Amino acid sequence: MREFLANSMFFGVFLTLLAYCIGLFVQKKLKHMLFNPLLIAIILVIVALLMLDIDYDTYYDGAKYVSYLLTPATVCLAIPLYEQFELLKKNYKAVLCGIASGILTCLVSVFLLALLFRLDHATYVTLLPKSITTAIGMGISEELGGYVSITIAAIILSGILGNIFAASFCRLFKITEPIAVGVAIGTSSHAIGTTKALEIGAVEGAMSSLSIVVAGLLTVVGAPIFANFIA
Amino acid sequence: MKYIKQFAIITFISLIGEALNHLIPLPVPASIYGVVILFCCLEFKIIPLSAVKETGLFLVSIMQIMFIPATVGLIDTWDVFAPNWLAYTVIIILSTFMVMLISGKVTQGIIRLGKKKEAKKNA
Repeated sequence: MREFLANSMFFGVFLTLLAYCIGLFVQKKLKHMLFNPLLIAIILVIVALLMLDIDYDTYYDGAKYVSYLLTPATVCLAIPLYEQFELLKKNYKAVLCGIASGILTCLVSVFLLALLFRLDHATYVTLLPKSITTAIGMGISEELGGYVSITIAAIILSGILGNIFAASFCRLFKITEPIAVGVAIGTSSHAIGTTKALEIGAVEGAMSSLSIVVAGLLTVVGAPIFANFIA
Repeated sequence: MKYIKQFAIITFISLIGEALNHLIPLPVPASIYGVVILFCCLEFKIIPLSAVKETGLFLVSIMQIMFIPATVGLIDTWDVFAPNWLAYTVIIILSTFMVMLISGKVTQGIIRLGKKKEAKKNA
């Protein structure tokens, strides 16, 4: 049985989709932010792999086809953005200042916390690109001499945090303008957060999509400068 | 047929993105070039929205699932994560929420400032 599953073409994809469907079902039944379909799916897949004693590489061999369309899907974030472009034009100053202040906050907060925890240079630069999309973050981390696998983990965890808590967090801190909610989600938790922003509303989704691009590019410029601050 | 055409256009733009990523020595991935290209094509009416809409929105709507395999992969990262796990955890959580707070508040503040000015003008 285990042998069969490990060699199956479809097991990884099926397990991923099944776990996500269970996640959606649980969320529908128990309406609480912690019952987040993405989080439930991730936990269920991990538990299933541990119980069936299947290692990650074997699972990923099949499941990678789920991620195969990630680049085309990201490209299509241009569609919600295009549909809300008039609104963006009217508010471009607020949006750009919001994203820039967010990225500055990311770099400064990582710097200060790194001082507090006495992190060395490599560990510090590993975390600098933590709030931007994975592909850009990996590149920056590699260039600055960070631990790329930890950068990926930090980026994904930031995304999941945003996906789960962003809606409640914005409500708690009275961030209610849809444009501001979108910028807050996209700047702090890139594409993984953006999928949540798109569920909240069209404006939120569009602004979050834009924030992925702008925040990514600003970090390309800002992270190398901040990298010099801890030798 | 419609969906095939739409998918062909989307994959072609992804392909151009890949080419730019290959040619330009910057840490900018294919997907980011692709977003910009598709957006410009739509905005400058090079392609109509109807040429990508349904397939594009379908891909966007299933995007969340695409993050599951990589995230499950974090179980293999634990060994490198463990020695500094407390620092990593605190920094990731604090920094994420601070970014959310500041970027949201700054955006909202500037929007409201603009609305107030407009209201004064109209008053």
